Amino acid sequence: MSELPSPPPDLGYTHALNRALHAEMAADDDVFLLGEDVRVGASGVTSGLMPKFGPERVLDTPLSEQGFTSFGTGAAMAGKRPVIEFQISSLIYLVFEQIVNQAHKFSLMTGGQIQVPVTYLVSGSGSRFGWAGQHSDNPYSLLAHAGIKTVVPGRPADAYGLLRSAIRDPDPVAMFAPSSLLGSTDVPDSGEEEIVPLGEANVLREGGDLTIVAVGQHVGTALEVAESLSDRVDLEVVDPRTVYPFDWDCLRKSVNKTGRLVVIDDSNRMCGLGAEIIATAAEEFDLLAPPKRVCRPDGTVIPYALALDKELVPGPEQLTKSISAALNL
Amino acid sequence: MTREHQLALYRSMKLIREFEERCLEMAIAGEIVGGMHPYIGQEAVAVGVCSNLTERDFITSTHRGHGHVLAKGAESRRLLAELLGTLEGFNKGRGGSMHAADMRLGILGANGIVGAGGAIAAGAAWTAKARGNSEVVVSFFGDGAMSQGVLLEAFNLAAIWSLPVLFVCENNMYATSLRCDSGLAGNAARRAEGFGMVARTVDGMDVESVAGVAGELIERCRDGAGPAFLECLTYRFFGHHSVLEQLGVEFRDPDEVATWRKRDPIVSLGERLGDDAVAEIDAAVKNEIDEAVEFAKNAASPEPKDALMYLYSGTAAVRPGVVL
Repeated sequence: MSELPSPPPDLGYTHALNRALHAEMAADDDVFLLGEDVRVGASGVTSGLMPKFGPERVLDTPLSEQGFTSFGTGAAMAGKRPVIEFQISSLIYLVFEQIVNQAHKFSLMTGGQIQVPVTYLVSGSGSRFGWAGQHSDNPYSLLAHAGIKTVVPGRPADAYGLLRSAIRDPDPVAMFAPSSLLGSTDVPDSGEEEIVPLGEANVLREGGDLTIVAVGQHVGTALEVAESLSDRVDLEVVDPRTVYPFDWDCLRKSVNKTGRLVVIDDSNRMCGLGAEIIATAAEEFDLLAPPKRVCRPDGTVIPYALALDKELVPGPEQLTKSISAALNL
Repeated sequence: MTREHQLALYRSMKLIREFEERCLEMAIAGEIVGGMHPYIGQEAVAVGVCSNLTERDFITSTHRGHGHVLAKGAESRRLLAELLGTLEGFNKGRGGSMHAADMRLGILGANGIVGAGGAIAAGAAWTAKARGNSEVVVSFFGDGAMSQGVLLEAFNLAAIWSLPVLFVCENNMYATSLRCDSGLAGNAARRAEGFGMVARTVDGMDVESVAGVAGELIERCRDGAGPAFLECLTYRFFGHHSVLEQLGVEFRDPDEVATWRKRDPIVSLGERLGDDAVAEIDAAVKNEIDEAVEFAKNAASPEPKDALMYLYSGTAAVRPGVVL
């Protein structure tokens, strides 16, 4: 078979995920990959794995998401460590039963007899502009709500390090890779090879006036906004990296220092991740002003037309406005 | 079949029957809190199929799974302890009737979602094959599962990847209260053949027939011939769930039930074995279940503070549901 191409090296985030898969498959023979188009690496994330590891470890599946998701569960119960790629985030709805009601529950229901170490790699989550209603959602809050360990890395180094941790974890872990970062050349793959543990947030910018919690692609948004406002306010940017379990200690320290909180995340407002962060902050942290959140509207369905799509997805203007409101600027 | 083999089949069926009759009493009395889905009448299927398996082989089971679990070799006293929600149960009281699993015996869990075990079985079978091992996986499900899309997806995966899975459809004529001929278009075995599988239909009230045909199909799987399908025509003597017995709900023609009861697989085999052999086994089984009841009733309950123990394999800290 001819050598299949690696993703172009300027696609930083994609390349980092690809490097992590190569590394983890090389490190552990029990790790294998399955999903649609993984042989040809249609998303770029799985490029080059087939020629390197062969068809016994790179399984191109039929279009049977429910079947192959529980297939992964069975393989994991028997001792393998499957990584399942979903190229479209909305497929998570189709396999909610298989992840939430099956894989997640076996450990408790069997009194600890069974572990299900599967990684669900959602390789293009959120709007990718022009893909309309059924290809633009960001359902990580749903999995976090159900108790699935869930990571949404905002930078290539974290994507690399968290994917390796996810694969090594004894429980099911979902990783959501934001579409806008997969195709981006803005943040190049640093080539860092550090393993990033699940459940640890990262303070990317220190500041004393207000804490911004930014998730996924909005890590970049928050850093830009913080920089643009740096002549007026001193903003702290926290990237949770793992949205469940959430690093509450890190956030508590930050908010108790700054006294103010704005959350930007690309999930829907109702019962979304932002709601949980703000509720916890209200219950437990020392706030000097009402916290704000920047998120999608309730129950969002992304329309096709570009202007409508962009209207519903959070961005820097909304974040700036919320920061101003929280600080009475 | 040797007399020794017949005696073993009889003993296993009788154990399931005695266990379930006792459970049904305890469920109706409220001692088994979630109730149970009685397997009574279908014993020949579990016993006939599992008589061809070793401890290293795997099974996936159903919400009506006590028979499969016992036929695979699970201890009756630990299964009953699980049904009473105690720490001596296989699942330490966290699974109960619908989720009984003993991983040491390759039991990948009974499952409360109809048809959910098929794809799990395919994944376990792929792992065995990838490791070059000779284990097979048997996936039990009812006729109702034949209408679940995910099971048909599992047939496809097992067939294209030539996996060592025997899919066993226990056609007991009812999917909860819906008659099979109202819920299943065409024929279960013909459907399976459509996936390129060898499919056989057998009298599920005759344990020797089930054991024989299942044995042939399991050997095919073991020899690398890919998946196979076995439909066992059987009947449950009671309703869907013990709650229906409590409420007195009956949705079947009493004559139909009576006709099938005359074909009781345990009585049939017992007649061939003779009264003395049967009496000896029956007494031993009754004794085992008496002891199981004693064991389970004396087992310790889990501590309420440990309600979420085993949720995660690692040490993920779960926050409490109420913050004061």
